[in-house]
Amino acid sequence: MEKVGAVMVVGAGIGGSQTSLDLADSGYKVYLIESSTSIGGVMAQLDKTFPTNDCAMCIVSPKLVETGRHQNIDLSINCVIEDVSGEAGNFIVKVRKKSLFINPDKCTGCGVCGRECPIEAIDIFNEKLAKYGATSVKYPQAVPLLYAINREVCIGCGICYGVCKAKAVEYDREDEVVDINVGAVVLSPGFDEFIPEEANLYGYGKYKNVVTSIEFERILSASGPYSGRVLRPSDGDIPEKVAFLQCIGSRDYSGVGKPYCSSVCCMYTAKEAVIAHEHMHQIKPTIFSMDVRAYGKDFDKYIIRAQKQYGVQYIRSRVSSIKEVPETKDLRLKYETQDGKIIEEDFHMVVLAVGLNPPDDAKYLAEKFGVELNQYDFAKTDLLNPVQTTKPGIFACGAFSSPKDIPDTVTQASAAAGCVNQLLYEKKGTLITEKSLPPEIFVRGQPPRIGVFICHCGINIGGFLDVPEVTRYAKTLPNVVMSDRNLYTCSADTQTIIKEKVQEYNLNRVIVASCTPRTHEPLFQETIREAGLNRYLFQMANIRDQCSWVHMNDWEAATNKAKDLVRMAVNKARQIEPIERIKLSVTPKALVVGGGISGMVAALNFASQEYETYLVEKEKELGGFAKHIYHTLEGADIQVYVKELIDKIKANKNIHVFTEAQMENIDGYIGNFKSSVIHGEKKERTEFSHGVVVVATGAKEYQPKEFLFGQNENVILQSEFERLLNETDQIKNKKSIVMIQCVGSRNDEHPYCSKMCCAEAIKNALLAKELNPDLEVTILFRDIRTYGFKEQYYRKAREAGVIFIQYDENNPPKINSDLKVEVLTPRNDKIYISTDWLVLSAGIYSDREENEELAKMLKIPLNDDSFFLEAHVKLRPVDFATEGVFIAGIAHCPKTIEDSISQANAAVSRACTILSKDEIEAEGKTARIDITRCIGCGMCIENCAYNAIELVDDRRFGTVASINQVLCKGCGACSGNCRCSAIDILGFTGEQIFEMITGRI
Amino acid sequence: MTVQTEESKSSNEDWKPKIIAFLCNWCSYAGADLAGVSRIQYPPSIRIVRVPCSGRVNPYFIIKSLTDGWDGVLISGCHPGDCHYLTGNLVARRRFAILNELLQFFGIEPGRVNFMWASAAEGERFAMLVRKATSIVKKLGPNNKFEKKW
Repeated sequence: MEKVGAVMVVGAGIGGSQTSLDLADSGYKVYLIESSTSIGGVMAQLDKTFPTNDCAMCIVSPKLVETGRHQNIDLSINCVIEDVSGEAGNFIVKVRKKSLFINPDKCTGCGVCGRECPIEAIDIFNEKLAKYGATSVKYPQAVPLLYAINREVCIGCGICYGVCKAKAVEYDREDEVVDINVGAVVLSPGFDEFIPEEANLYGYGKYKNVVTSIEFERILSASGPYSGRVLRPSDGDIPEKVAFLQCIGSRDYSGVGKPYCSSVCCMYTAKEAVIAHEHMHQIKPTIFSMDVRAYGKDFDKYIIRAQKQYGVQYIRSRVSSIKEVPETKDLRLKYETQDGKIIEEDFHMVVLAVGLNPPDDAKYLAEKFGVELNQYDFAKTDLLNPVQTTKPGIFACGAFSSPKDIPDTVTQASAAAGCVNQLLYEKKGTLITEKSLPPEIFVRGQPPRIGVFICHCGINIGGFLDVPEVTRYAKTLPNVVMSDRNLYTCSADTQTIIKEKVQEYNLNRVIVASCTPRTHEPLFQETIREAGLNRYLFQMANIRDQCSWVHMNDWEAATNKAKDLVRMAVNKARQIEPIERIKLSVTPKALVVGGGISGMVAALNFASQEYETYLVEKEKELGGFAKHIYHTLEGADIQVYVKELIDKIKANKNIHVFTEAQMENIDGYIGNFKSSVIHGEKKERTEFSHGVVVVATGAKEYQPKEFLFGQNENVILQSEFERLLNETDQIKNKKSIVMIQCVGSRNDEHPYCSKMCCAEAIKNALLAKELNPDLEVTILFRDIRTYGFKEQYYRKAREAGVIFIQYDENNPPKINSDLKVEVLTPRNDKIYISTDWLVLSAGIYSDREENEELAKMLKIPLNDDSFFLEAHVKLRPVDFATEGVFIAGIAHCPKTIEDSISQANAAVSRACTILSKDEIEAEGKTARIDITRCIGCGMCIENCAYNAIELVDDRRFGTVASINQVLCKGCGACSGNCRCSAIDILGFTGEQIFEMITGRI
Repeated sequence: MTVQTEESKSSNEDWKPKIIAFLCNWCSYAGADLAGVSRIQYPPSIRIVRVPCSGRVNPYFIIKSLTDGWDGVLISGCHPGDCHYLTGNLVARRRFAILNELLQFFGIEPGRVNFMWASAAEGERFAMLVRKATSIVKKLGPNNKFEKKW
């Protein structure tokens, strides 16, 4: 069957959106199918995100808007998958688009219907804490902004039909069923949270002041039910003592909850505790947890900050019962402390950190698409490629395959796109459409002829201020040749009117006074571009969100303000000029630095898409640290895998391998890099050009100074122990083995978790026990961090008789020269264990010098621990702020082999959004420099976060700053600081802003 | 250029200050939008100028606003750490720390120029900031420091 250059993405949370954007930017047609009525998923519900406390809405909404209006993304909401047939490369998916009972082409999202609806239905988004009408959008910033009628609660009164000026309400609108032909499918339906009602243990549903973590998240949110104040649901009081209970429905073998670890709760609970205290300083959070699993990048630092800076108290215990105190509605918690005392304590509020369940429709989706689920009903995926389902051509990303946090979801989303690329690259660009546009009318130097369109927005604007008066007023302003008012300026028919008026009045500037440019500017820009005007000859005055909606009770003030805003827009419009976007060619070749698993996977993915790839490895052989690993905890054979990768690379004609190599220089920028490498025994020098860079330099194992390592030959590292187990049978005559965890990790010098050591220790302990059942294995740990499905092996190890003893950071185990280990247990008992081998789980360290050198060459940053720092911890985990440079593997932070492989494929996907284009277009609204004014002081360079500015020598003006238009993002930090006003930002020039300022009168 | 209207000269109860607000596109402008969408009412005193980032705001914009007769200036960007352009708001914060001293030296009362943060999810906070700025400026009275007296 012939392959199809289109992809279906099922589920439009943050994962599905990222996959769609990656694929659409790489030249595939994307059908994004969402079951609810808006995109964004769980992330749009969050208040803040760990570990940076970023506002979730601020960072996610630009991405959602982009997804909603991308030309290559066909977004359908309220959909059900009915049937799937075909195979990898060519599937046919039958999709039912359920009726919203509102015509999506006509609905402008003005919201009058929702406000007029007399039925108070329950609002899903605010987690049952606030009310909304039967006609509603999921939340105010929803994408797409469409209303839908919930027929289950609708009483059919017909009010909405009457009030809808756009005539969008259609009660008899029917479902639509379509067949969609795609080459691959990415499943990203997310997860559903565990509902503790079923457990009936913690009083949830019975006691008002017991809430789930996701409800608490909405309570914290500024757009939530209490506008960001933390109040208890029973009486609206500020709860001073808040208890957070971990592992609700996770790590639970009782049958009520799930046996696996939900991976994210430890961190989101810490975040909620911190934010609660930040919002209301009276709040003293207490967290009841088993192990604190802060295994991700910079997570441990966050936990430490929560404790030291915000006074969050951690108690290592599982609460045994909760009872409400009837008079106060406080909650009485009973728990056992680590030293064995039973304590009863009252709290004002209890937050249950609920775990992640597979999505409710997991079984349905699996059956339709013919993919298998694992024992927990999550998608079953390849042991080493966690986005590959059991069926070729169908990929999974995000929490559908295992519980995971946002960065891991985004990484996997790009990884899935990377794998789709590998499958469908020949069909790239075959199904996308490009609009043909008329040539631009030349307007430079001509006197401004401004047209103003003022919107009634149904009654949203017209009902609260005098639109006709504003229209008359606009006509009196200088250079305004026409002004008109429309019922809905954004509706399709008004776009035609605007185009006609541009011709009729020979307009060369257009102003729309309506809603916010954040959502509607691109639409109008597109319209005037179709009319032949440069898209930057456009201005908006926001007279709805800034006038009619916020001054609803002051007709006159709102009208006056609208006049002011229109005048300011006209003043600015007089100054605006067309902006041309610069285009640049792209060299379709890739450089991959580092030949470990990550580097090799990335190189092979590039090469399989016919991109010429340069792979640079500092050692004599490819393979990196993985050469010392035999199996993963889950049982994948790494030795075989690495050998296969090396063979494939050697056989691939598109890959140039340099071993014993070191980068000498990397010059240039996105799409156009020029580099040189010194390689081989003879130190040869090779130069080449390429369009992108993937950094996959890996890290190294810590060489301990503690626990007699290097002094006693029976003190060995975990990797050496693994070798002895796999290569020798020395374990057979041993009686006792002791392992110490966190050696060189989570201390003052290296305050991070090395993530893999717990799994490695359990893996080797299980193997040792298998080879020698009489062997006594003791693991001394601080927290066991077997997150996700790795939890089952922790349990297996306990069942196999492996002894786990917790030690305290401040009282580490002691050892004497006879290998007798002394450890202080949590109950303050001293235990002595004789051991034949002392196995140290040494942490993962970055190579500071090496990384610093590469960081300098690529102008990319490192974090405090000298791991590479990505562009954004949450939403851009494989990108750097420097465009065209990407990160993969443990050079980013310690991670498992599977995660490294994901990130490598993700880096390729991100890179393909560049490589797949013949030329890239720079952002139009960027900084421009007037070299006649520049004195070459270099202040702008200090402020530029994108390394877009450098000092150059000009023949006439000496040293001056020069801006790389491709790298510039147009933030204006340089311009704000320029003491000689030499830098301006197109679209926001000083001149234009001055005109707006003088617009006061 | 100095502009004084009759209205702003009379410093009575009815006097409504006019405040110019420079809001960053990604957080504070979005916060203002959310205040609108949520129909949170605030005084009709501000006129918003959208800028890509608080880092774009040149100190000259603020001085120009004051010399042109605006009664107050409000600059709002993303919370530290949230900047869409990584560090623009931090650049702005440093810049305005210095500018504030200069303005006081000019004789501009503290409170006439306000620098604050509001995120895209903080519609209520944005409205609160406007209320606060309006009441401060109202107490200070019309801005006539730059009125030509000769």
